[in-house]
Amino acid sequence: MATATFEPLPANLAEIQVKIEGHARDYGLDFYPTIFELIDADQLNAIAAYGGFPTRYPHWRFGMEFEQLNKGYTYGLQKIYELVINNNPCYAYLMRCNSFVDQKLVMAHVYGHCDFFKNNYWFSQTNRKMMDEMANHGNRIRRYMDRFGVDTVETFIDACLSVEDLIDIHSPFVKRFDQPSRYDFERAHDEEESTGAPGRFHSKDYMESFINPPRVLAAEADKLREQQVKNTRFPPEPVRDVMLFVLENAPLKPWQLDVLSIVRDEAYYFAPQGQTKIMNEGWASYWHSTIMTRQGLEAADVVNYCDHHSGTLASSPTKLNPYKVGIELFRDIEDRWNKGRFGKEYDDCDDWSKKRDWDTGAGLGRQKIFEVRKIHNDLTFIDEFLTLDFCRQHKLFSFGYNPANDAYEIESREFPKIKQQLLFQLTNLGRPMISVRDGNYKNRGELFLEHTFGGVELKTSYAHDTLANLYALWGRPVHIETVLDGTRTILSFDGGEHQTEKCGEVDE
Amino acid sequence: MRIEHDLSRFKQIVRGKIRQNLRKYVTNGEMIGRKGRDLVSIPIPQLDVPHFRYGKNGNGGVGQGDGEPGTPIGKGDDGEGGAGGAGSDPGRHLLEVEVSLEELAAILGEELELPRIEPKGTANIEQEKSRYTSIRRSGPESLRHFKRTYMEALRRQISSNTYVPDRPRVVPIREDRRYRAWNEVNLPEANAAIIYMMDVSGSMTDDQKEIVRTAAFWLDTWLRSQYKGLERRYIIHDAAAKEVDEETFYHTRESGGTRISSAYRVCAELINRTFPPSEWNIYCFQFSDGDNWGEDNERSLDLLKNEILPHVNLFCYGQVESPYGSGEFIRSLDFAEDEPRLVTAEIENKEAVYACLKTFLGTGA
Repeated sequence: MATATFEPLPANLAEIQVKIEGHARDYGLDFYPTIFELIDADQLNAIAAYGGFPTRYPHWRFGMEFEQLNKGYTYGLQKIYELVINNNPCYAYLMRCNSFVDQKLVMAHVYGHCDFFKNNYWFSQTNRKMMDEMANHGNRIRRYMDRFGVDTVETFIDACLSVEDLIDIHSPFVKRFDQPSRYDFERAHDEEESTGAPGRFHSKDYMESFINPPRVLAAEADKLREQQVKNTRFPPEPVRDVMLFVLENAPLKPWQLDVLSIVRDEAYYFAPQGQTKIMNEGWASYWHSTIMTRQGLEAADVVNYCDHHSGTLASSPTKLNPYKVGIELFRDIEDRWNKGRFGKEYDDCDDWSKKRDWDTGAGLGRQKIFEVRKIHNDLTFIDEFLTLDFCRQHKLFSFGYNPANDAYEIESREFPKIKQQLLFQLTNLGRPMISVRDGNYKNRGELFLEHTFGGVELKTSYAHDTLANLYALWGRPVHIETVLDGTRTILSFDGGEHQTEKCGEVDE
Repeated sequence: MRIEHDLSRFKQIVRGKIRQNLRKYVTNGEMIGRKGRDLVSIPIPQLDVPHFRYGKNGNGGVGQGDGEPGTPIGKGDDGEGGAGGAGSDPGRHLLEVEVSLEELAAILGEELELPRIEPKGTANIEQEKSRYTSIRRSGPESLRHFKRTYMEALRRQISSNTYVPDRPRVVPIREDRRYRAWNEVNLPEANAAIIYMMDVSGSMTDDQKEIVRTAAFWLDTWLRSQYKGLERRYIIHDAAAKEVDEETFYHTRESGGTRISSAYRVCAELINRTFPPSEWNIYCFQFSDGDNWGEDNERSLDLLKNEILPHVNLFCYGQVESPYGSGEFIRSLDFAEDEPRLVTAEIENKEAVYACLKTFLGTGA
């Protein structure tokens, strides 16, 4: 840590750290070196407000987060026990006023997170030196603020933050496009020549219709035409990473480009944490409960441990507790693979009593959950492992808003509906899918976004404000096509006023 | 820590000092929710960075617990917004805290930067109080100040060289005695009265009464923090006016026309009868949709200027926007600019209550 120095852990905590770390390693957890720091509530709240990085760039929203955490803490509504940073070495902050048992539990929990950060595939592309990187970002932005004024830079950051979720969360793992070469003049030349009719094979008259069948020729001509249209389109394929598109194509000043890229980098860094909330917390809870109940607890600790543990896993009717769902799913998977309750034979079995007592003694549970924590994210985790039995056992239901009663009501207890609702919330982090369709709309350099409509409308007031912020980045009018009240609609902002244009029914 | 800088920046934005375009995102939500006797819950202001987000019909989610389909599980938020998705950030629900009324008044004063009220005419309403603040050489034995007495005795013995350090015996004599004594201090005992007047004619809807209720609650809270004894009186009127209790004030639904002068008449009588202006700080708050009967305006203004304004600290007129009313009454009060004791404000919706409070109380009259 560059700016803040904290004292090492007191002897009694250092001792249990060594113990807990030993237990964690014995279970096969694999983590970066973990540094614990003991800090006071207001420091912890401040660091939590900064997303875990005390050296982050200055921005009012961190102040707002802090205000909320601090007031919540002062009035006894909430308390942060611990904070873990995905970094190498892993930093973990502990609240000084936690009781001794709590510290044990929290340490065990932290090692679960550290293991997850290091081994889960979705974190594999994140910067493990983010602590340094964030400090670097902070310095750069502070320098711009000194040079161009706090208000100017802050306003620009606000605009960037408005589109920070318009990134392509899968792009670190796949190659979407060939890197466009700016110096490839040949290709354009070639294309011009090839724009004519589709290639014909040389043939004699009586063989013409066989060697060059008209149908194939027509199809080829279509394809060529399509290709041509595509080539003139910019970008050729819709781009999910709106931030990158803006970064590469908007007329921004160098410092603005830098700020935008900082916001984008941080968004990519935090994305996997949003993608694996249930798994990450479930995994950490699984390990704190395993380590504590098998090794860590002493007789005097039991009541406090139980109190804290059950508080963490408490569920509420309106919000699924990720800790609870995660730990239960991991336990369920472990149990199923221990008893061999998987595969075709088990799935095809119709005999209820046989299924209930199914136990092949496979004993693969532990191995399976380690595999699951390596390759899955929340979306695939739920898709793959949420079962009908699990839903029943844990009394899951889907709920919706009933305008007649101005209340949220239980909608259904049917497994497919619950699963669908959950998957919907997890798809793209529960946010609308938006991509750039045209960066030169109407041939006037306007930005045209497209919302891939999946049955849920955009919140229009927010959409208008977001467009205004996007306009600040793009510098030319911006549009987004979406569906409102069953009608295809284009929302536009041209720097002066908002426009809403209806353009026809949705084609199913 | 750095966070303090960010925090003060956030607070400045919330108060609209800097980056004023952001202020519209400040969500105040429901300003009050009375809980218990002296506790209220207040939401902490939040600023949202706009994003593309799902709107109304995206609300819903998965929960856990008992209940049949159709069982309500929670109250809907007003308007858009909704339960957070399991995978994304926790739902951005307003954080509510419970605070006592005194704290609330302090927060209100700080948030709105209200000046502390100068009680009116302290000379008239002072009360004498005794404070034991000085020392005298004579007095009743019950008030004797032992420590001082012995100090004096010791001093006398040392100066007269009768003090023997080996045998330290201090014996006070008559002249050494010191007594506590009192001074008369004048403590201002400010009395304040609030008189609320509300138009309950047919054109005032429940929503508008809710606005009045909210505004009245905050006015109450602030004034109560400023004065010890606070009397409240309520007057409702349509074409005729009467004094009512608090309960009735907020819950009546009358109908009929509007004659503001009738309320002014009752108000003036009330002041004369119960609150002699020499002893009372009087605050009048009137809420109406401003849809007064045309020929009544003249009489109203006459009453206001001659029989009410000279006696009160502050007369505030809040005009609630109404779907029916013409709202012209506020225009006939345009002499408010020259009259520091008359303040007018238009309240379009609930959000505007905030601004209205600032207007009303910001004068510190």
